[in-house]
Amino acid sequence: MARKLSMKMAINEAIDQEMARDPSVIMLGEDIVGGMGSEGEKDAWGGVLGVTKGLYAKHGDRLLDTPLSESAYVGAAIGAAACGMRPIAELMFIDFMGVCFDQIFNQAAKFRYMFGGKAETPVVIRAMVGAGFRAAAQHSQMLTPIFTHIPGLKVICPSTPYDTKGLLIQAIRDNDPVIFCEHKNLYGLEGEVPEKPYAIPFGEASIVRDGRDVSIITYGLMVHRALDAAQQLAQQGINVEVVDLRSLSPLDLDTVIETVENTGRLVVVDEAHPRCNIATDIAALVGQHAFHALKAPVEMVCAPHTPVPFSPTLEDQYIPSAARIIDAVKRTFSYRGKQ
Amino acid sequence: MMSEATIIPVVMPKWGLSMREGIVNEWLVDEGEEITPGMPILNVETDKIANAVEATDGGVLRRKVAGEGDVLPVKALLGVLAPPTVSEGQIDDFIQSWVVADVDEDDEEQVSVDRFIEVNDLRVRYVRKGEGTETLLFIHGFGGDLNNWLFNLDAFPDATVVALDLPAHGQTETRLTGNSLAALAGFVIEFMQALEMPAAHLIGHSLGGAIAAQLALDAPQRVRSLTLIGSAGFGPEINLSYTQGFIDAQSRRDLKPVVELLFADTELVSRQLLDDLLKYKRLDGVTDCLQQLHDGLFSGGQTSLPGQRLSGLTPPLLLIWGEEDAIVPPEHAALAPAGSRVVRIAGAGHMPQMEKSAQVNQLLQQHVSGER
Repeated sequence: MARKLSMKMAINEAIDQEMARDPSVIMLGEDIVGGMGSEGEKDAWGGVLGVTKGLYAKHGDRLLDTPLSESAYVGAAIGAAACGMRPIAELMFIDFMGVCFDQIFNQAAKFRYMFGGKAETPVVIRAMVGAGFRAAAQHSQMLTPIFTHIPGLKVICPSTPYDTKGLLIQAIRDNDPVIFCEHKNLYGLEGEVPEKPYAIPFGEASIVRDGRDVSIITYGLMVHRALDAAQQLAQQGINVEVVDLRSLSPLDLDTVIETVENTGRLVVVDEAHPRCNIATDIAALVGQHAFHALKAPVEMVCAPHTPVPFSPTLEDQYIPSAARIIDAVKRTFSYRGKQ
Repeated sequence: MMSEATIIPVVMPKWGLSMREGIVNEWLVDEGEEITPGMPILNVETDKIANAVEATDGGVLRRKVAGEGDVLPVKALLGVLAPPTVSEGQIDDFIQSWVVADVDEDDEEQVSVDRFIEVNDLRVRYVRKGEGTETLLFIHGFGGDLNNWLFNLDAFPDATVVALDLPAHGQTETRLTGNSLAALAGFVIEFMQALEMPAAHLIGHSLGGAIAAQLALDAPQRVRSLTLIGSAGFGPEINLSYTQGFIDAQSRRDLKPVVELLFADTELVSRQLLDDLLKYKRLDGVTDCLQQLHDGLFSGGQTSLPGQRLSGLTPPLLLIWGEEDAIVPPEHAALAPAGSRVVRIAGAGHMPQMEKSAQVNQLLQQHVSGER
């Protein structure tokens, strides 16, 4: 039987194997080595949730504990990438990206374009995304759409340990800046992961369940909510195809169109706020390229247009649920056209 | 009263170690229809693979017990075959009394779990089943692995059955010990030595067929009989758009049309099959190793043709070819040495051991036991 790893350990193994393979891979982040860098505490912690635990012991000072200044160390990582290193910058939460938008949007994303293809910026910026962690409005956002909007950035958000390892290795080897979004509520999820290193190319969606009646397109934690919904719907005789985008930019538009052409019905599920998000983007693209195949309007299931609530009861209501996905699927079947 | 032995159950098969249940997709025959051995009766799908359940015995399909869409455990009763002389009441009784035997987990793990062994400093995956005096050794083809024998390894309960992953294939280490037929045959000999297997009935598919043929020339004392399926090593032609296409394909979209070349019925190419192949192909080093093998064996056509140097009788040689093989032309069967048995199977492509497994298993059983 193949070996199982948690998503957290799949991230750890990907970084470990790439650091062993390529000496230009370095890592910068807050507390990634140990508690405040003081003697005797090195390697005690390994990041806010222990993702980098053990890496300092193997790779030493190629892991740099930084001051609490995302703008400084993300900028440093981007500069190092432009000078030939392959840095991985870890932000605890994607919510903290706000202070380094110039470095990311205006510098990293633009270098290749503005230097006529002569400059490359092989940097990976990893951060935790998503709600459900009781961490309140400033540590729970799903900011994937903001980065997907910017040309020059690649945006990845995996849903399984297998995909996480392969996509993170690809991100490290990739010659462009990659925003690697890790859902904090999937860190404990276990799955089969090969011990050998492997890279999954960007821009290929994964079909995680075959079905012929309706398609659900989603990514991240919502893949599991969609699979839960699909399982319940199967008992009612509705066969759902579930597509995990996993790579938001570049986007696998071919698979998006193909699944809609196969089923004729589409529900897009996105944990992000409902305006200008991945769901609206997919809905628009399908409306433009696969209108001929649609038997009903595209349904979208998203979080509300509010900050993530701190109240656990409200937070649970905030995140799209399997029940809401099931309702949306059923609406695609009850559509009867213009009355 | 009629003995129950004339009532033949059709049960949910067990395809591979991880299979616990399957979905009944579609019945391919009607009640009352005469069934012959090897005939596909119904389509079953698991999370790994979709395939037809083929009849192992003949009779009239008297009852469909499982409905389309049913999800049932391994060994569940799917249907009942019996001669017309058996009454409806007897069939009802038979169905009533059917108990799904528990799959013995411990026993199962013990006989068929993946094993690993060091051969020439290479970590090799293999499976071994059964404890018979005769040993069967299955050798897969280019880009394949031991799961290519999913429908065959359980068909020989009286023998010791072994299948391996070749260097840089499946879960064997991603490194080559040479890219010539002689080097590959030498590797299989070392594998046999490591397993203390003095001789075996060799069953080789495609490239594995050429390796088995080479092994029979290099170490005849190690070969009790040879069965070569869609085998390389007989004629120079080989479909390079398949072999190179397989190496080059990096996405599901690119790989699908390439893998479809393997089968007469392209419906067998499931999404899961493609995902599993991609998981293998994406491992670091696999593409390079496959390219090196390809350059050594196939580029510009096959140059090493051990098949033409075999005798048909010692060891006894059986050639099986799918009529619709699009990779190695079935016309190569004409190059078989005198005395060999040649069977061409209709409705099968390059993978007859999967597409027509019941027929292939029957031929293998006959050949291995010395029946002609």
